[in-house]
Amino acid sequence: MADEQTPTPAPEPPPEGASTPPVVEGSAAPAPPAKAESAETAPAERSATAKPAGDAADKPAKKAKPEKKKKKKGLPEKELVLVGSSSPHVVSDETIPRIMYAVCIALAPAILVGIYCFGLQAVKVLLLTAAACIATEAGLQRLMGRKITVIDGSALVTGLLLAMTLPPSAPWWICTIGGMLAIGVGKQLFGGLAHNPFNPALISRVILLISWPVELTTWMKPGQGFANLGVDVVTAATPLGLMKEELIQKGSIHVVSQFHLMDGLFGLNQLGSLGETSVIALLVGGIFLFYRGYITWHIPVGYVTAVGAVAALFWGIDPSRFAPPAYHLMTGGLFLGAIYMATDMVTCPVTNRGMLIFGIGCGILTYFIRTFGSYPEGVSFAIVIINGAVPLIERWVRPRTYGHNLSAAS
Amino acid sequence: MKLSQVLTQGLWKENPVLRMTLGMCPVLGVSTSGSDAFGMGVATLSVLVASNLVVSLVKDFIPAQVRIPAYILVIATLVTAVDMSMAAWFFELHKTLGLFIPLIVVNCIILGRAEGFAAKNSVFSSIIDGLGMGVGFTLAITTLGCCRELLGNGSIFGLSLVGADFKPMLLMVLPPGAFLMLGFLAAGMRRVDMTLEARSRAAAEVRRKRALDLATGGAPLPVPPGFE
Repeated sequence: MADEQTPTPAPEPPPEGASTPPVVEGSAAPAPPAKAESAETAPAERSATAKPAGDAADKPAKKAKPEKKKKKKGLPEKELVLVGSSSPHVVSDETIPRIMYAVCIALAPAILVGIYCFGLQAVKVLLLTAAACIATEAGLQRLMGRKITVIDGSALVTGLLLAMTLPPSAPWWICTIGGMLAIGVGKQLFGGLAHNPFNPALISRVILLISWPVELTTWMKPGQGFANLGVDVVTAATPLGLMKEELIQKGSIHVVSQFHLMDGLFGLNQLGSLGETSVIALLVGGIFLFYRGYITWHIPVGYVTAVGAVAALFWGIDPSRFAPPAYHLMTGGLFLGAIYMATDMVTCPVTNRGMLIFGIGCGILTYFIRTFGSYPEGVSFAIVIINGAVPLIERWVRPRTYGHNLSAAS
Repeated sequence: MKLSQVLTQGLWKENPVLRMTLGMCPVLGVSTSGSDAFGMGVATLSVLVASNLVVSLVKDFIPAQVRIPAYILVIATLVTAVDMSMAAWFFELHKTLGLFIPLIVVNCIILGRAEGFAAKNSVFSSIIDGLGMGVGFTLAITTLGCCRELLGNGSIFGLSLVGADFKPMLLMVLPPGAFLMLGFLAAGMRRVDMTLEARSRAAAEVRRKRALDLATGGAPLPVPPGFE
C-alpha cells in the first residue's frame, strides 16, 4: 500500500501495463488503477527488458503476468513491488575480524602446548613475530597512504602462524625479519589482504629457511622449563631430520622403531617447530574451525590422506628405506599445514572439487619433498608450490554455468 | 632527437634493464656480486657500441629480408672478439662469467638497438646510443649486483662491510633473490619518477599562479556571472 498512499509520480506510465488485461482486473483495489499499475509494473518492466515501446507492448507483459496473477489471488498488490538493487542480496554477520579472531582461538591449543613444551623461548618467538607482522602491516599501509586495517586481525593470524612454523629457539632477528617478510613481501607487495597468491606466513618461512638454514633447523628439546631464555638450550634433530640423515648416511632407517605414536599425538616430548608438535591440539582447533564453517573438510582430509596413501605405497615397496605412514603423519608440520595453512581462504581454490585436488596435490608433493628432496620437511614448500597452481586448478574445476554445455563454458 | 637525449635516454628514461626489461638472462644470472656484474656490464657495453657502429655502417648494403641474420653475424663476431680478449687479459673474470659471455650474442638489448636504432641512424649517433644504453645496462646490473652482494654476502665488490655477527641472507645470492631485488629496484626507480613528477607539477602550478597574479595585479579573478 505504501506506493499508493505516497503517490510517487511515475515518469511515464508504461503503455504495456495499460494494455495488459490482468492489470486492468486488478483495478478492483481501492487505489486509482493507473497509479497502481504504474507503480507495480514500472520497475519490473524496466529491469526485464529495454525494448522499443511498441515492440514491448505484448512481450514483456508475459514476464510480468505470472507474478501478478499469483499475487492477485491471495494478497493485496503491495506485495508486487519489485525492488531493484545490486548485489550482495544476502548479508551475513561474518566479518574479517570475526573470522581472524576465530582462527586465533583455534590456534590457541597448539600455541599453549608449544608454550608448555618450550617455555619462555616460545613466548618470545610468538610475541616478536606477531608484533613484527602487525607493525609492518600498519607501517606499510601508512606509507602507501591506505586505510590502516591492522585491527582486523589478519596480520596477527599471519604472525602467529609464522611463529608456529619457526623453531622455538629462533633468534630475535629471525622473528623480526620473518614478520616483515611475511607482511611486506608475502602480502602487501601483492596488494594487501585477499590479493596475495601465496600464503604469507609460508612464503616468509621459505625465504627464512633458504636464507638462514642453520638458524631455521636448530631445534631445541622440549621441557627445558621457563627459566631458560636464550643461550644454553639443548638442541637435537627432529624425527624427519633424523630420518633423512640416516637415509643419506646408512641408506636405511632405524629411527622409526624408536618413535612413539603418543609423542606425535600429544607432542609433549617431540621436537619440531613451535606449534606443529601436538597433533591433538591442532585437531581440536581444526574441529572448531570446521564447526564454525571457516574451513571445509576437503583440504585437510585430502592432504593427510594423500600423504598417508603415498607413504603406505612406498612403505609397502621397501620398509627398510621408507618410513611407515604413521611416522609421516605424526611428525613434522603436516597437520599444522593441512588444517591452518593450506586452508587459507585467500590462497586455496573456491570449489570443493578444487580444494580436494589442492589438498591431494599438497600431500603428494609433501611426501616427495620429504623423501627425495634435500630438505627434511616439505610442507611449506609443497603448499607454496600448489598455491601457485591454484589458478590452474580453478580453471580445471570451473563449474558449469547452468544452461551452458561444458565445451562452451571452457 | 638531440645527441644529448640519445646519450641520456638509456641511463634512466629507457633504461634497458629496469625500464624495458631486456637482457634479463645475464642480469639475473651474473648479478650475484658487484664485480661480476660490472664485468658483464662492460663486456656488453663494448659489444653494444661496436655492433651499433658496424650495423649503422653497413645498413645500406644489407637487404631488408636478411638483416636479422646479418646483425646476428656481426654481433657474434664481436662477441667472439670480446670473449677472446677477456680470456687473454681478464682471465679470472672470464672464468667466473663463463658461458654468459658467449651468451651476449643473444642479448636482446644488442639486437634491439641494432634493429631499432643503428639501422635507421647515422654512424655517430649510433655510437652515442650504444654508449648510453651500454652505460645504462652497466649501471643497472652493477647496482643489482651490489645490492645482492651486500645482503647475501655482506660485502660490496668483495670488500666486507659488516661485522662477524652479520648473518647474510643467502636467498639474495640465489636466483629468487635476483628477481626480488630487480623488482624492488624497478619499483624504486618508478617511485623516484613519481616524486619528481609530482614536484614538477606543483612547481608548474606555482608558476601558473604567479603568472596569474602578475596579470591581474594580485587581485582575485573576477568570477563570471552564474558561478558565484
